[in-house]
Amino acid sequence: MTELRAKLGWTAIAVLGAASLGIVALSRGETINAIWLVAAAICSYLLANRFYARFIADRVLCIDPERQTPAQRFNDGLDYCPTDKAVLFGHHFAAIAGAGPLVGPVLAAQMGYLPGTLWLIAGVVFAGAVQDLVILWASVRRDGRSLGEMIRSELGEPAGTVSMIGVLVIMVILLAVLALVVVKALAQSPWATFTVAMTIPIAVVMGVYGRYIRPGRIGEMSVIGFALLMLALVFGRHVAEDPSLAPLFNFSGEQLALMLIAYGFIASVLPVWALLAPRDYLSTFLKIGTIVGLALGIFIVLPDLKMPAVTKFIDGSGPVFSGNLFPFLFITIACGAISGFHALIASGTTPKMLDSEANARVIGYGAMLMESFVAIMAIVAASILDPGLYFALNSPAALIGTSPETAATAISGSGFAITPDMLKEAAVNVGETTILSRTGGAPTLAMGMSEILSSAIGGRMLMAFWYHFAILFEALFILTTIDAGTRVARFMIQDLVGTIIPAFGATKSWSANIAATAIAVTAWGYFLYQGVVDPLGGINTLWPLFGISNQMLACIALILGTVILFKMKRERYAWVTITPAVWLGLCTLTAAWQKVFSENPAIGFLSHAGKFEAAFAASKVLAPAKSLADMHRIVLNDYVNTALTALLGALVIAMTCFGIAAIMKALADPDISARETAIVPAE
Amino acid sequence: MPQMQASILSKIVHTLTKTARLMVGIPDYQTYVVHHQNAHPGEPVMSREDFFRERQARRYGANGGKISRCC
Repeated sequence: MTELRAKLGWTAIAVLGAASLGIVALSRGETINAIWLVAAAICSYLLANRFYARFIADRVLCIDPERQTPAQRFNDGLDYCPTDKAVLFGHHFAAIAGAGPLVGPVLAAQMGYLPGTLWLIAGVVFAGAVQDLVILWASVRRDGRSLGEMIRSELGEPAGTVSMIGVLVIMVILLAVLALVVVKALAQSPWATFTVAMTIPIAVVMGVYGRYIRPGRIGEMSVIGFALLMLALVFGRHVAEDPSLAPLFNFSGEQLALMLIAYGFIASVLPVWALLAPRDYLSTFLKIGTIVGLALGIFIVLPDLKMPAVTKFIDGSGPVFSGNLFPFLFITIACGAISGFHALIASGTTPKMLDSEANARVIGYGAMLMESFVAIMAIVAASILDPGLYFALNSPAALIGTSPETAATAISGSGFAITPDMLKEAAVNVGETTILSRTGGAPTLAMGMSEILSSAIGGRMLMAFWYHFAILFEALFILTTIDAGTRVARFMIQDLVGTIIPAFGATKSWSANIAATAIAVTAWGYFLYQGVVDPLGGINTLWPLFGISNQMLACIALILGTVILFKMKRERYAWVTITPAVWLGLCTLTAAWQKVFSENPAIGFLSHAGKFEAAFAASKVLAPAKSLADMHRIVLNDYVNTALTALLGALVIAMTCFGIAAIMKALADPDISARETAIVPAE
Repeated sequence: MPQMQASILSKIVHTLTKTARLMVGIPDYQTYVVHHQNAHPGEPVMSREDFFRERQARRYGANGGKISRCC
């Protein structure tokens, strides 16, 4: 009887999911409600978790609940500690959910909500969640080893080094692009800059409280921090409206970039309790709270989507990012569908705390489904905005000018009707002087969120508050990532260089630490500054690079998974990881190829460089450059980006070769050759 | 009945607190103490404050560049 009921239940979910998907995919011309997107996503996730994830866990990976996990074998109550499934799910989700799934889908909305939504759903089910689960399982079977260590032991030392370089590159690009998102959101916005600046003293107050006054009281310090943060947010409006205070927090992009670089350096050498840890607490709780709040908001408000299902920009001519739907949509939406970064998390702290292999499915696969849902909410937030407003926020100044009049003319001309008054009103509503060319996704998301949340609570009155709350939430989060990421990059640089110059690898040495930190900061600072002065907005160039590097890492992780399956003589199921690996390989290599060699200067770095070199030779200054020196720098940046993209492509090709070689060897070997830890049966 | 409800409620609050703390890298102190006393009887146990400091340093600095959070 219960079996029959279960069958009926799953059939109902399947029917509802198919119907929602049908409504989302087939509506043309008429506006649809966001709830259909949400329903299509949730039904797909439920079905995938019940059927596909179970198939992978039971048949492909042969999850064995009788087998002891590292947490049981090495239990020390600290790093290794069997942890309740629900608690660990929260830990894992908090670690994988970041700014990425909020930004990518917003940018992808330029092609309409449909392509992004379909990729988010299909991508997470068949690629992203599969990767997370397979890597978690592999790590659990190997004493909780990291991705790099597993690649070294299963594919060999050279493959390990190649993947380590890959991780370092992705780290640098990630930090640059996230810093750029913050710069774009804070530039010429005293309100936002003030509140974000205040997070520093607030974090220090929290840090001192949690270190000396009431050690370890995370709840108390977070409540204090949150209260102060809200005060800063409310007071920020006065700062912005006060003619003597506002200029103190009104900065250009270049100024903010330099400040962020200096901040990154200082913050990452300070003791962790002073700044990094307290702000991490605040940003983690704020993030979870905001995600929950946004979900509730969408369910309560049930907004209509104003963005068309598909826009004309699928031909690659869009202002937000250049290039065709294939491969660039799949590069733009990285996190949310599949994120290589998760392979680092799934082989980090989580495998050391899993209390039973049986729970790997819900944590590895399930948490990623949840992240995909966050990305769906980001698409919803971007798509409920008037399309004209969306393009005003996300088009670079080089295309739409800097006044509401020029912007309205340009955007209306491309088919998305909007008037200068509407643009001015939108800016006034959120308490800003201008909303034009606030690229980078965060302001768009903030705008959409303020639309949803103010419909739920507070109406027009609170719209500006909600907008700046959303900006604050993202900036807070990203600053924590910059701080923590610079530290990680420093360790990786010391590790890599230390193999050649041992003295450099001494992490207890202050001079080596400072030098490595300086290298790390300079590396991402270079790309950040390049992005800020780029008249096309920087995001245009940097986000695809980030997407390519993130997908490259995912491809590497899936190659590892495939090799392990072959080594375990389970190749009949290897299509589970081969299919997404091949797809990602195709996307990254095609995108990398086009970024380097496309004849369209908007896409290809080399043709862009060629165009500027030709003008330089004729002593002509091409906009956006203002002088011949600018021209020279643009050409140099193009070559740096070319080299970087080529490196990413080369890494994918190299890892594919290592993978194929390892598979051939495994096929020739009559025995199981995967290096799992020996089975210890559960007590 | 109200007693049972109260105990369920306190269990939920307890789990939520544990989840929130582990989200920022601080595992359950009581679990550590119980484990330590069973596994290494007689050896000194870190105080709650030391435990917090040790875990905090471990999450960000002393773990040799492991990535604890995502983009």
